[in-house]
Formats: sequence, structure tokens, C-alpha cells
Amino acid sequence: MYSFIPWLLQLLFIPAFAPLCIGLTRKIKAKFQNRQGASIWQPYLDLWKLFHKDEIISEDASWVFRFAPYLVFGVTLAIGASLPLLSTLTRLPTGDFLGIVYLIALGTFFLALSGVDTGGGFGGFGGSREMLVSSLTEGGLILSLFTLALIAKSTNLFSISAVMLAVPSFAIIPAVLAFISFCISMLAESSRYPFDNPATHLELTMIHEAMILEYSGKRLALMEWAAANKYLIFISLAVNLFYPAGLATTLGLGSLLIAFGALTIKVAVLCAGVATLESSIAKLRIFRLPDLLFTSFIISLIAISIIA
Amino acid sequence: MLSFLNSSGVILIILSLFSIGAVGALILQKNNNLANWWGNGFAIIGSLVSGLFAANILASSQTLAYKISTSFPGLGLSFNIDRLSAFFILIISLITFVCSVYALGYVKHYYRKYNIGTLGFFYNTFIAGLLLVVMASNALFFLIAWEIMSLTSYFLVVYENINEQNVKAGTLYFIMTHVGTAFIILAFFLLYNTTGSLEFEAMKNGASALSPLLKNIIFVCALIGFGTKAGIIPLHIWLPSAHPAAPSHVSAIMSGVMIKTGIYMFIRMFFDILPNAPLWWGICILIVGSVSSLLGVLYALAEHDLKKLLAYHSIENIGIILLGLGSSLVFLSAGLKTFAMIGLIAALFHTLNHAIFKALLFLGAGSIISQTHTRNIEEYGGLIKLMPATALFFLVGSMAISALPPLNGFFSEWLTFQSLFSGATSFGTLTKLVFVLSAGALAFTGGLAAACFVKAFGVTFLARPRSDEAKHAKESDLSLQIGMGVLAALTLVIGVSAGNVSNMLSGVAGSVHGLAGSEIINIANSNTVHVNNEFAVLSMPALLAILLAALLITYILVKILSGKQKITVGRTWDCGTDLTPRMEITATGFSRSIITVFKNVLKPTRQNEIEYDDANLRYFPKSNSIHLELHDVYQSFFYKPLKNLLIKISDQMRKIQSGNMNAYILYIFIALMGLLLIVAK
Repeated sequence: MYSFIPWLLQLLFIPAFAPLCIGLTRKIKAKFQNRQGASIWQPYLDLWKLFHKDEIISEDASWVFRFAPYLVFGVTLAIGASLPLLSTLTRLPTGDFLGIVYLIALGTFFLALSGVDTGGGFGGFGGSREMLVSSLTEGGLILSLFTLALIAKSTNLFSISAVMLAVPSFAIIPAVLAFISFCISMLAESSRYPFDNPATHLELTMIHEAMILEYSGKRLALMEWAAANKYLIFISLAVNLFYPAGLATTLGLGSLLIAFGALTIKVAVLCAGVATLESSIAKLRIFRLPDLLFTSFIISLIAISIIA
Repeated sequence: MLSFLNSSGVILIILSLFSIGAVGALILQKNNNLANWWGNGFAIIGSLVSGLFAANILASSQTLAYKISTSFPGLGLSFNIDRLSAFFILIISLITFVCSVYALGYVKHYYRKYNIGTLGFFYNTFIAGLLLVVMASNALFFLIAWEIMSLTSYFLVVYENINEQNVKAGTLYFIMTHVGTAFIILAFFLLYNTTGSLEFEAMKNGASALSPLLKNIIFVCALIGFGTKAGIIPLHIWLPSAHPAAPSHVSAIMSGVMIKTGIYMFIRMFFDILPNAPLWWGICILIVGSVSSLLGVLYALAEHDLKKLLAYHSIENIGIILLGLGSSLVFLSAGLKTFAMIGLIAALFHTLNHAIFKALLFLGAGSIISQTHTRNIEEYGGLIKLMPATALFFLVGSMAISALPPLNGFFSEWLTFQSLFSGATSFGTLTKLVFVLSAGALAFTGGLAAACFVKAFGVTFLARPRSDEAKHAKESDLSLQIGMGVLAALTLVIGVSAGNVSNMLSGVAGSVHGLAGSEIINIANSNTVHVNNEFAVLSMPALLAILLAALLITYILVKILSGKQKITVGRTWDCGTDLTPRMEITATGFSRSIITVFKNVLKPTRQNEIEYDDANLRYFPKSNSIHLELHDVYQSFFYKPLKNLLIKISDQMRKIQSGNMNAYILYIFIALMGLLLIVAK
């Protein structure tokens, strides 16, 4: 039986480390641009600052706008608590991968609505673009995870991790293909290059930033924090489902510490990968994005069809 | 009381309640208020009784057979209410009950414009027809019930006959539904030819004597016939114009339950009556389901008539139901009965869910339309502040149809996914590919549906009003709110208790002839659903609990981290110009990018019109308008060639019609001689 304390710890894991992830990615990008860059702790300070600022809310906005940040952030907490972060032991009945995918969709749904709610041109177009990207991402995302489910004979994330710890030899190529497909979905869902530029407010291209343009104060903090959570959720899914080495199979303190260390290293490596990618390619035109997303879908399809 | 509900007399009581409602409303048509209360009052009582009746049969898991013989050859008024029928009666009763409560207030805006008495008459007969369709157990009796349902719904579609569009939509519906009926009649008579009986029970017993070819022909006829009613693509063309034309509470019943009678007959024919389905039937239904769900949602995205948008979503959801149904048929042909159960449960569950949330959305649309008097969502906006209750209920419906947890739509889509996944794990190459592609279609459908409802909800309810009507909208009557509220609550209740509901549905699925012999499995254990031997486990209550806990923690976190900050209400950033409603995103703008992505499928057309101040000096445009439309591919690639072919054949046939009386007498003479020769032989 899953006891309450480890669950609570797991629940707080993602929000506690997500800003660090963002900070790390930014730092590496800054190095690529020959800049010193802000400290990797800067995102924490930003959040702290925003939580203590006054707020302005548009007179056109309704309760959807006021409530959305809480839900968007809450959803990332709920997902974070259902992931195999440190151990494979706890098979939560909410840890089904389709459940996770649709919980993400729940957050996106309200994020897009909050963009439309203020009645400005930016928010509306942000919402429209976000739904374009997220609706086309779903196919690749679900099928890439289903590839793993087929190998592991289970759609539960904890079971998938447990099986992938000892990858059967026939599964290596499909898993690699699914990983590529998953990474494309990850970049799309967490608003990174080549889908979205997280560092700009350029009106022609912004997606995520356009939706949260009217937020300020603590609600903006929640939105920014939720975006960071989503980033870390996808990164830890990528590393712990596809390369779960180091994951604890017993609930001892030692093995959990090892798992924590392994996770930190793997996440740092993937963050570096994302930062490198962002520094070496340009953002794609919005109507080129569907091609990339369909590619992700097709790659997963190939992966599934070569599983014996 | 309970033993009374078991007796066959209840059927007659239910039918007479609707008849009294129908005739009474007609008699009272002079007084609007009285006719409204009489018609809808009896519909409420009737659906309440039939709901209890069906629930009782489901609970006692027995079959109720009842027959009234007639002197007409072949026709027996036989009722056979097994658990499958009872389940559909329950859905029909539930939706009609809620819609009738809603109608008490909604019909008021027709007062002094239209005849309330005839509305009550057709409304009650329509519900009775629906119930008869799922009760009937004789092919002729069924066809009569089918016609009652189709004809009364035709009259309800053309009820608002001042608008010429509605009459046109009705005519299209009338033609299409009878083309479908023709195929149904053909299917039944082919069955009759071999089995020698029009009774469903006798057909079931004699159907094993059918040759494979004949069985396949019957399958195709039934697929076209009942598929027309269900609204599968490309037989759907009547649906998006007919459903919006009817009064909203009738649209809710048509989209929520009437098209489901097509699904009911699919199950009745392919699982119950025809034995040993070959593999290609299931594959065929899977493909039809994938195409209908994907194209349905894409057309919905392009739509900015609110009720038409919802009608296209009905096509999408019928597609999703067919994905469950098709996978179940494939499993059945491979002898995998446990998986076939999962597929059928998924289909039945989605049937129930779609009935609830689609009715909810149509009732919400009706509530908006009764205030704004337009179906064009570009003229709404900001209604959440003026109609808060309608907005909340519509939001719940939007979330349910977008399959967002913890509401009911999520669970049935999850189960459909699992059914498709099971297919991918248990078959080789080609069949596996069909299952995986269907899963992919379902994944895209889910995402696009969410996009479509962000558009529908956002443009309708959020931001600022775009027209004077929207500015002066008020919250609707209490009866409308009750109707929507009940359904909104049900989406959550059924979502959270999905395990118990699927156990009930496994009883329904197990009672079907084709699945008899598979041990009745309870797929849920204390509300945690297990699929395919621990392949997938899901607990909806846990999902709700974790979401609520996460929301609570978020709230506490914000309280801890932030102090007492001021909230100022200000203007949206306007870039220095005055914000007008025209600066908000429109429905067309919202979905434009997705339509562009799918332009090869949707074939959008575009017309630009620019008017200049000075025709010679083309620098200062006076007005600039863009007209966007979708090219109707079904008309040009399917229906037009079909029509041309028909006209060509008719032209040839006309040659024998010379107009000469002597020639006609000669034809009669030849026909008579021919017949005599056949008989004499």
C-alpha cells in the first residue's frame, strides 16, 4: 500500500526542482551565446518576486481567467505525483499513461481558455496556436508511449519503467524510435524550439507567452511555474521511461538516494540536450510544425509495426 | 410496486401516457400554456415510468417478452425487452425526461409564433416511436416504429417553418432517411427469405442457415441502412442540417438518442441475430469509425453555427462508438470473447456518455439561442457574465466531450483506447495496423475535439459581447437550468463511478447472443477498472481525489508563498488604441490554422472582395471582406455522380413511356402473360 508521506514528497518533487531545470537550460544557452547568463537559481527568485507583486486583472476577464492558473498548476502537481520518479514500486491507479496524457490536455484546455478570456488579440491567437500544436501532438505522444506499453505489456507508467530496466533485446530499436517521437512531442508540449520560443514576446511567433500575456502577480507566477513543471515532467518521463537505469526497485534509503542521483544526472543531460538544440536550430514557421508532428506520429507507427 | 413494474402491462401504460400527451396537446392547442404543460408533463411522467421499468429489468437481469397477435400476415406486435433493449430504453428515458423538463421553459419562446399543440403532439409521438424501436422484436413492427420515429422527427425538424432553410433541411432528411429505410427493408427480407420468419427470435435461431454471401449482403445493407440513421460519413449529409433546424430540446434528443438507435440495431444485427461475423466486418466498421470520427471533428472545427458544430460532433462520437463496436466484432470473429466484451462495453459506455453530454450541450445551445436569437457564434461573446449558470454547464459539457478527466467522456475514450490496444497486442501485421491506425485516429480526434471546444466555449462565453443581442442576454428560466444541471451533474457522477457502471454494462454486453458463453466478467473491482489481465488499471475516484488534493495544495501553496497583494481591475493591453469587440479572436480565426493544415481534406475556398474609394486610384480600400467556405466534397464526388447516374437511367426508362395508351395496354398484356407463364410453370 502506498503510504501518504512518500506520496506527498513525490507530489512536491516536480515543483521543487522544475525552476532549477529552467535555470540550468537558460544558463547553458547563455554559454552558447557567449554570455555569462543569470544564475541557475534565478527562476526561484523570479517566482518569489512575482508572488509578492500586486496584480492587474482585465475587466473583461471572467472567473475562468482567475481560476485557470490554479487548475493549470494543480494538474502538473497531480501528474508529478503519478510518475515513476525514483522507484518503480508504487503502481498507482492513476499512473496510466493515457490518464497522464489527458490530464495534460485538461491543463492545456484551461490555459487556452484563459488566453481567450481577456479579449485581446494576442491571447486569442495564442490559444488558437496552442490548440493547433497540442491537438496534433497527441497522436505522436500517445503512440510513442503505446510503443513502450506494447514492450512492457502494460499501460501503467510504473510497470513500463520496471520492464524497461531490463530491456529485452528485441525492443531496443522500437524504443529508440519511440524516444525520438516522444522528444518531438516533448518539445511541442513544453513550448520549446522549434515550436515556440520561450524567451520572446514577439507577437508573430509567440504561443505560450501570448496566452499568459495578461497575467501578473501571483497568477503569472503560477503559470510560469506550471510551465516549468510541465517541462520537468516531460523530461523525467523521457529519461525514466526510456532509460530508467538507476531507478530504485526497493524502498531503502540507499537505493532511493542512488535513484535521486541518477535522475539528477539524466535530467541535466537532457536539459543540456534541449539547450544545445535551441542554440543550434531556428524556430520553424507555424505551418511547418504540423509536418514535424506528423513525422513524430509516423515514427511511432514504424516503431509499433516492427515490434514482433 | 416492483412486481408491477415487471409486468408487460407497463409497456401499454407507457405508450398510453405518451398518446394522451400527444392527443391532449393537440386538443388544447388554443391555449399555449396549457398545451405546453400537458404535452411536456405527460412526456415527463411517461419517461419517468419507462426509465423505472428499464432500470428494473436491468437490475433483475431478466427478459420480458410480450406479444399481441394481429390478423395482418407477418405482423405481430411482439415486444422482447432483454437487457440490451432495457439499456437503450434507460438512455432514451433519461434524456427525454431531462429534455421535457427543459422544454417546459424553453417552449415559451415559441408562444404566439408557432402552434404549441402540434409540437406537443409530434414530440410525444416521437418519444413513443423511439421507445418502440428498441422494444420491437418483429421486423414489420420494427419498421412501423422506425417510420413513426423518422416521420415525427421530420415534422419536428420543419417545425420552425418560417425559416426556409429548415424546410430544406427537413426535405433532405426525409429523403436520406428513406433511402436508409429501403436498405433496412432489403436486409430484413433477405433474412426472412432464409429463416422464414419476421420475428427477431426466430431469425436468430434460423440465421445459421444463411450462406456467407447472403450474410455479407445483409451486412452491407444493414450498414448502409442503419448507418444513415447513425450519421456515418459519407451518409451523414442530412445530419448537420437537420439537427440544428429542430427546436433545441428535440435536437438534444435527436443527437443524444435517435442516432443511437442506429447503433442499437448494429449491435442487434451483428452481435445478436447474425452469427459468426467474418473478420472483414469488424475491420470495415473500424475504418468507418476512424473516418467518421476524424472528419466529423474537422468539419466541426470549420463550423460557426453553434448547433451545426454540435451536430458534426455527433458524427465524431458515433465514429468513436463504432471504434469500440468494430474492435469487438474483430475479437468476436477471432474467438476472443473477453476482449470482445471490453470493446462492446466501451461502445455502450460511450453511447451512454455521448447521450448525456451531447444533450447537455444542445440544451446549453438552446439556452443561448433563446436569448440571442441567432445560431452564429461570431455574434456571441462575453455571455459568461450574463448567463453564468448556462456557461458553467456548457463548460462541463465541453470538458466531457473533449474527454478531459475526471468526467465521463474520458473514461469511455480510455476504454475504447484499451480495446484498440488489445487488438494491437493480439493480432498480426495487417489487422494490427488497422487497430493502431484507429488508435491514432482516436488520439487526433481527442485533441481536435478539445481544440474545437476551446473555440466554441471561448468565442461564445468569454471576452466581450460582439453584438447587441449578446449584450442584453439574460440567464434562462429555472426549468432550463434544472435540465442542464442534472445532465452536468451526471457527467461527473458517471465519470467517477465508471467502474460500477461498466460492471452493469458487462451484464448488458454478456446478454447479447454472440457473446453468450463468455463468462460474465466484472471488469471493475471496487471502482478500479482492470483491462486485459492487468494490462491497464484505472481508478476514476483516485483520479478525482488526486486532482482535488492537487488543487487544495496549490491553494495552500499560494497562501503561504504570497502575502496580501492588491488586485486591480484594469483594461486589457490595447496597444494604444481603443479595444473593440472586433479585435477579439473569432471562431473563424481560431480554427483557421487547423483548417489550413488539413486543407487537402477540407478543401477550403476563399473569396476576397475589396472595395476602393476611387476605382482608378487603388490605394485606399473602403472595405475589405473575406468569405471563407468549405468545399462540399461529398456533394461533388459522391452525391452528384450518383444523381447524374440516376437521371441517366431514368432518361433511358422514359423511352418506353411513349404516352400512347395502346402501348401501355400492350405492356400490361405482356406483363400479365409473363406472370401467368411463371405461375403455370
